[in-house]
Amino acid sequence: MNPISRRKLIYGGAAAAASLGGLAVAERLATRYGLIPPDGSGIFGPGETLTYACQRLLTTRTPAREFPRSMISKNPFANEVAPFKEEFKHLQAGGFRDWRLVVDGTVARPMSLSLADLKSLPIQSQITEVACEEGWSYIAEWIGTPLSGVLREAGVLPQSRYVVYYAIEKGLWESIDMADAMHPHTFLTMGMNDGDLPVAFGGPLRLRVPRQLGYKSLKYLTHITVTDNIKKFGSGKGSVDPDYGYSWFAGI
Amino acid sequence: MVRVTHWLTFIAFVALLVSGCEILISHPRFYWGEVGNVNTRPLFVIPIPASRDTVPTGYGYVMPDQNGWSRYLHFEAAWVVLLTGLVYGIYGVWSGHFRNNLVPARSDWTWRAYRDRIAKYMHRERADRAEENTYNVLQRTAYLGVILVLFPLVIWTGLAMSPSFTSAFPATAALLGGRQSARTIHFFVSWLLLLFLFVHVAMIALSGFWSRVRAMITGQTCNSQRGQ
Repeated sequence: MNPISRRKLIYGGAAAAASLGGLAVAERLATRYGLIPPDGSGIFGPGETLTYACQRLLTTRTPAREFPRSMISKNPFANEVAPFKEEFKHLQAGGFRDWRLVVDGTVARPMSLSLADLKSLPIQSQITEVACEEGWSYIAEWIGTPLSGVLREAGVLPQSRYVVYYAIEKGLWESIDMADAMHPHTFLTMGMNDGDLPVAFGGPLRLRVPRQLGYKSLKYLTHITVTDNIKKFGSGKGSVDPDYGYSWFAGI
Repeated sequence: MVRVTHWLTFIAFVALLVSGCEILISHPRFYWGEVGNVNTRPLFVIPIPASRDTVPTGYGYVMPDQNGWSRYLHFEAAWVVLLTGLVYGIYGVWSGHFRNNLVPARSDWTWRAYRDRIAKYMHRERADRAEENTYNVLQRTAYLGVILVLFPLVIWTGLAMSPSFTSAFPATAALLGGRQSARTIHFFVSWLLLLFLFVHVAMIALSGFWSRVRAMITGQTCNSQRGQ
């Protein structure tokens, strides 16, 4: 066997030093430009960070894929939801007239909106696909108002980094970064395929985040908190998903 | 460089295979086109129990859900394959590894060359002198197929399932016929890669497993050792 030559040793050492230095610089830059996801630590941290950083560099402003009306699924699959608690049943019995969406956190004007308030905002529709992390998918028309409009109304303060959102069920919460929150396809959704959003599909109010997998499109939305520090929420990994082993960023 | 990237890819491929199987069992049904779910007719169904009770499989029980870590691991290992592949590709072109060791010799660009080499395998003939330190035409073709066709295709079909990636590059899904088509092709290409792995390991076993593995780790064949 050849002994390792001196030249190889010098080249190898230089390459190792350069890559360590490069990694340190990359980490500084990534932190500064918000390219590290809340769950970007631990053994899957490097992969998660590469994925999120690349997606942010490539897809900050790209529109979700939209489909022609003819491609709307005839039999969309609603997936399972946990049994409803008293609070939900009570609101449902009242035709969701008392359903409220609270917007607070790092905003100039915290708000509490009824469904009627939301319906008085500019209503838009999108024909986009719900893709589940399990592999299945369907296409539907989603009718609602862009989240960005409500956030502008509330006056998002400049230090804001993430939008945390909660379902009526305690302990079910998600978050997205400002790029996804302000994306024109991120909808507060109240209608589906020309009717009210059915309860099975998240009615009366669901946040549609069509550029991420289904689990980021939280059903039964009641509360939005804008924040500059995601570490304060739950275990600090951006949503309940990482606690169950699922990644915070679900764009892939 | 070739050996380091080979073993990195091997480790990552095993991780992708295991995590891929775990992800698959959460919905062991395949479709063609853009959409597919339990309310649509599948192209085919893998007859195994699923890890979700929403999938009708005919089995009375549900497998444990392993999707979380499997997805984390799948994408991290995919990065290892992609980055390793880039390093290998650049090195392969720059060093002449592709030209010298993988592209079949001009004289072998005939059906006859392939037929003759297959016949040799069939008769279990010993490799001749010239083949001891290089790859024959079948090996070269198989390796190039894996490097230039199967790996790029499996990465493409994987990315075509990403709602975020396809928002930037919608054609990556549309060209394949849709998201579910991409998933189905991803599944079959994975099988082809696994088939390659089986044949590859079988051939190594036939030519002396440990001597070949040692050669791929140290870079020394028995011949070159004797020659020195």
